Amino acid sequence: MKKKFFLNANIIDPYNAIDEIGGLIVNEEGKIEATGKKVNKNNIPSREKFVDLNGKHIFPGLVDMRVFVGEPGFEYKENFKTLSNAALSGGVTSVVTMPNTSPVIDNVSIVDFLKRRGRDKSKINIYPSASLTKNLESTNMTEFGLLKKKGIIAFTDGIQTIQNTRLMSRIMRSAYDLDCLVMQHAEDFELSKNGSVNDGIVATRLGLQGIPDLAERIIIERDLTLLEDFNCRYHISQISSSKSVDVIKKKKDAVKFTTGVSINNLSLNENDIGDFRTFLKLSPPLRTEEDRKSLVEAINKDLIDVIVSDHKPEDEESKRLTFSQAATGASGIETLLPLALEQYHNNSIKLFKIIELLTSNPAKILKINKGNLTIGNDADFCVVDINKPWIVKKENLVSKSKNTSIEDKKMQGKVLSTFVKGEELYKTN
Amino acid sequence: MAINKKAIKISKKHLLGIQDLSISDINLILDEAKSFITLNKSKNKKIDILRGKTQINLFFEPSTRTQSSFELAGKRLGADVMSMNIVNSAIKKGETLIDTAMTLNAMHPDIIVIRHQDSGACNLLSQKVNCAVLNAGDGRREHPTQALLDALTIIDRKKKISGLKIAICGDILHSRVARSNIYLLNMLGAELNIVAPSNLMPKDIEKLGINKFTNMKDGVKDCDIVMMLRLQNERMTSSFLSSNREYYEYYGLTPDKLKLAKDDALIMHPGPMNRGIEIDTKLADDINKSVIKEQVELGVAVRMACLKIFGQQ
Repeated sequence: MKKKFFLNANIIDPYNAIDEIGGLIVNEEGKIEATGKKVNKNNIPSREKFVDLNGKHIFPGLVDMRVFVGEPGFEYKENFKTLSNAALSGGVTSVVTMPNTSPVIDNVSIVDFLKRRGRDKSKINIYPSASLTKNLESTNMTEFGLLKKKGIIAFTDGIQTIQNTRLMSRIMRSAYDLDCLVMQHAEDFELSKNGSVNDGIVATRLGLQGIPDLAERIIIERDLTLLEDFNCRYHISQISSSKSVDVIKKKKDAVKFTTGVSINNLSLNENDIGDFRTFLKLSPPLRTEEDRKSLVEAINKDLIDVIVSDHKPEDEESKRLTFSQAATGASGIETLLPLALEQYHNNSIKLFKIIELLTSNPAKILKINKGNLTIGNDADFCVVDINKPWIVKKENLVSKSKNTSIEDKKMQGKVLSTFVKGEELYKTN
Repeated sequence: MAINKKAIKISKKHLLGIQDLSISDINLILDEAKSFITLNKSKNKKIDILRGKTQINLFFEPSTRTQSSFELAGKRLGADVMSMNIVNSAIKKGETLIDTAMTLNAMHPDIIVIRHQDSGACNLLSQKVNCAVLNAGDGRREHPTQALLDALTIIDRKKKISGLKIAICGDILHSRVARSNIYLLNMLGAELNIVAPSNLMPKDIEKLGINKFTNMKDGVKDCDIVMMLRLQNERMTSSFLSSNREYYEYYGLTPDKLKLAKDDALIMHPGPMNRGIEIDTKLADDINKSVIKEQVELGVAVRMACLKIFGQQ
């Protein structure tokens, strides 16, 4: 590989507290050789060719902590290859995949298969998570220790929540012993039973069964209370309501934990569902505008640590049904960054903060050396024109499934190219 | 009133819910319905307004009065009416609603009347077919023709709706009739009291511009109309109520509760009734107070009006 030189870029690297105009040099091994303002035209060899980025941004490759892939079992929805391409077009270079596949990622042998597939078929860094319980059945724990030895960095039942408090406490104890990260999707299934939208005026008007914000809050309160006694590494996958923010605020000083939010809950509200748009049937559901604003505020107050895409590809057939029958989830990995930039453009969240929640913060929680531009590390990064206007069109999506929550939305900001280990694997046309 | 055979312009292609209609749309339908009341009482009940048109009734949920009412209404207008028997259809073999819609659409119907257990099913159907779609009840969302016939019944008896105080009582949570009536009667200027135990009250319903009551005696006080709803036991998946007899005690319409309403208050019920659960059986049959049979009668007129207006678009 030839050395690469990028100059006149706005470099944001939250891990190293860098936010400055400068350059980036990638060495022959695809590692970062130098970054920042010291890298300019005057101190690179004059015979070298360089790319003048004219003030465009360079961010570390995004780390997306909540991604569903259809492999194995649902390859028609998304496989590692299509996921990898979709991720690259969105500037995402590392993902944690959810274990809700068929079969479930719950034992050592399937992890071997997965890692092989991930390596052979995808160009990004794939970190499969394993389930907390065997076959997601909430009865027996998986082998955290052995799975960890195989390289599993996070444990979650994905779309399932551990309902049984005793089991949850045991999971926390084991996770503490073995230093494993537990990620919980917070939802009390009795309270959310048959629900498909936020419980409120929209549910009443559409005649749909509601999911109360209480269903989320009660699990968070329970888990954070358990955590006082069994302090393992614990992450709330996503929160959606102001009530959850309140709980987190109260508990922040008492126990150590981290919190994520889906870009959907951060950007949309229940009114966007309109006339039964099944692509906006999400879990957790879109809630009120007040809830959405409280999530934005929580980011600014450091109560939320991570923004995820909650990328959940679903085929047309699973969505072309009545709202209550339709599958839950939206495809979103390739629009994660542009949609997050909306919060910057409307002055809600600072750009540095957004990038921090998309890169260094998730990497720190996962304890992986990604999401930074540290010298000597793999040159995983993206070049972004944060002002470039474009419109989300279903047919232009790279993902195998086209169930975007933001069809026809006008965006500001586009990924121009994405590099993994110094190699340009995506370039916009 | 003479029958107007000419097509009437309405702002919507489909009748999916009261929410989509304007006041002038509603008045149009109600005026049209009035003209059919006399026709339905005469010896020759048939006219040929919809001759040559095909009407398909697609009922995914069991229904007696709505289905027969729509069927009769279509036949009286001269349409060819086909009622699909879902039990024997491909839907039982796993066909999706959209595929069923496409199949029926290929037969070039002019009107599809649909009842479905899922809210929004009629909206989905309307996006996929070329003909007019009439909602005969979708999940717990809307039942527009029921609300229209209720309004027509009230107008017939009270000569107006504006200014009346109307109580809607019972299982509001699961009721599409309640929702459609809230939108319609609100639009026509009534004051609405919604009465239900908290477990059967939809979240944030007060945002629809109604007065909310969990005590029935307070809710029916000084009302001109007391509309009772059926307790939808088939939709209740977990414990909402302790027992029917306790429900009757607190939320059933009994003579002593009715006394709190105005002296000339009317009793309405969309049917089918659970006698002795939500309504005292004698009250239900009291010809001086109960207009339940009239509701059924005017239902045919309202459905004729809707079929005519939407079928002629």
